[in-house]
Amino acid sequence: MFSNRNLLATRWGIILVGAAIGVLAPLLQKLGNPGNMGVCVACFERDIAGAIGLHRAAVVQYMRPEIIGFVLGSLVAAYLFKEFRAQSGSAPIARFVLGVFAMIGALVFLGCPWRAMLRLAGGDGNAILGLLGLAAGIWIGTLFFRTGYNLGRTQANHSSVGWLLPMIMVGFLALLIVYPQVEGQPQSGILFYSVEGPGSMHAPVLISLITGLVIGFLAQRSRFCTMGAFRDLILFRQSHLFMGVVALTVSAFLTNLILKQFHFGFAGQPVAHTMQLWNFAGMALAGLAFALAGGCPGRQLFLAGEGDGDAAVFVLGMIVGAGIAHNFGLASSPKGIGPHGMAAVIIGFAVCLVIGFTMRQKSVRQPLKEELTAATKTA
Amino acid sequence: MSATVDARGLSCPQPVLMTLDTLKTVDHGEIVILVDTDTSKENVIRAASSKGWQVRSVQPEGIEYRITVAKV
Repeated sequence: MFSNRNLLATRWGIILVGAAIGVLAPLLQKLGNPGNMGVCVACFERDIAGAIGLHRAAVVQYMRPEIIGFVLGSLVAAYLFKEFRAQSGSAPIARFVLGVFAMIGALVFLGCPWRAMLRLAGGDGNAILGLLGLAAGIWIGTLFFRTGYNLGRTQANHSSVGWLLPMIMVGFLALLIVYPQVEGQPQSGILFYSVEGPGSMHAPVLISLITGLVIGFLAQRSRFCTMGAFRDLILFRQSHLFMGVVALTVSAFLTNLILKQFHFGFAGQPVAHTMQLWNFAGMALAGLAFALAGGCPGRQLFLAGEGDGDAAVFVLGMIVGAGIAHNFGLASSPKGIGPHGMAAVIIGFAVCLVIGFTMRQKSVRQPLKEELTAATKTA
Repeated sequence: MSATVDARGLSCPQPVLMTLDTLKTVDHGEIVILVDTDTSKENVIRAASSKGWQVRSVQPEGIEYRITVAKV
């Protein structure tokens, strides 16, 4: 029955994948990526938004090869294991909006859930508030799930629909090759490159790309998801995905110790601020948006690589959201939150709550039962 | 008693939620769950097994899977 059993989706498989990411990320940091940012899906998509000029924050512009690798690595794995399925049509516009606010929340905290773990593993105490916020946001999301929230069914679609986001990533890679970074120059052809700040810090292109491909491949097989980790624990008391997150944090901590990258403290941590309420609230907004959209930013990239056009729309929402966050002063910096960060978080919560309350099967008290009656036909 | 859960086209966590809710309403018998992604297939099998249900069969049907779980 399980002749083609997926070993990476077993308990040890997910632990292995989490541990592998936990080793690779600090190594990328050692090779040049910013502090406690060996891998950060939100930050790196924000850097990509900067590289193509969707925002002009000069310190965060770089076409991050890791993100390209995540999508293409997942695409390769999905094809090799015959799991590529082009599908779309589950409320794409809602997913786009959730992507926008997920990014805004993440940039108020300064990191995606992966980076929250990596920050903790590097000794950044502010990440504790971010992780608590993440759990709180996901918990709110599970309340919606319990009362029948869902974005509707997706449908099988043309293969090329599933190929569009991977092809956009190939296009980004082509731009990176055609317009490579020129030492000390803020622009190369049509691409922007940071000459200082986090955007200027990066591992060699080929190493970043290969690491991204490896992580994308492993994560597609194992279904690694940091949002799902908390969600399944809260919703089902199931710790499967959570073990992957624990493995990531522990292995990143150990790798940081070995590489002498562990520095405990709150003030002066790399690309982090100490406004704890907003570390919490930013990540709570992001966590709620991830939960409502069904995956953390990394998972959305891997799903997009498998042909999920709805996840692809979420990814594009995040990239556009990064543009909005930096153009409108919503994103934080090491000095603290942006001038309009508070307003953005409040609006983001309002939008996510509207999505959560109105996109339910039925807005009554026991909708699950009714949904069940509809979906379950006694044979 | 037997029942069918149609979770095709739904993404995580819906297939698992629907499966678990059905398992709660049925003490024994056979339940068929229809899903259309490998992730949902794995998640549903994991959830049903953790509740003491036995996976009888997983049949691929085109791009979908028909999972049969049972408890005596």
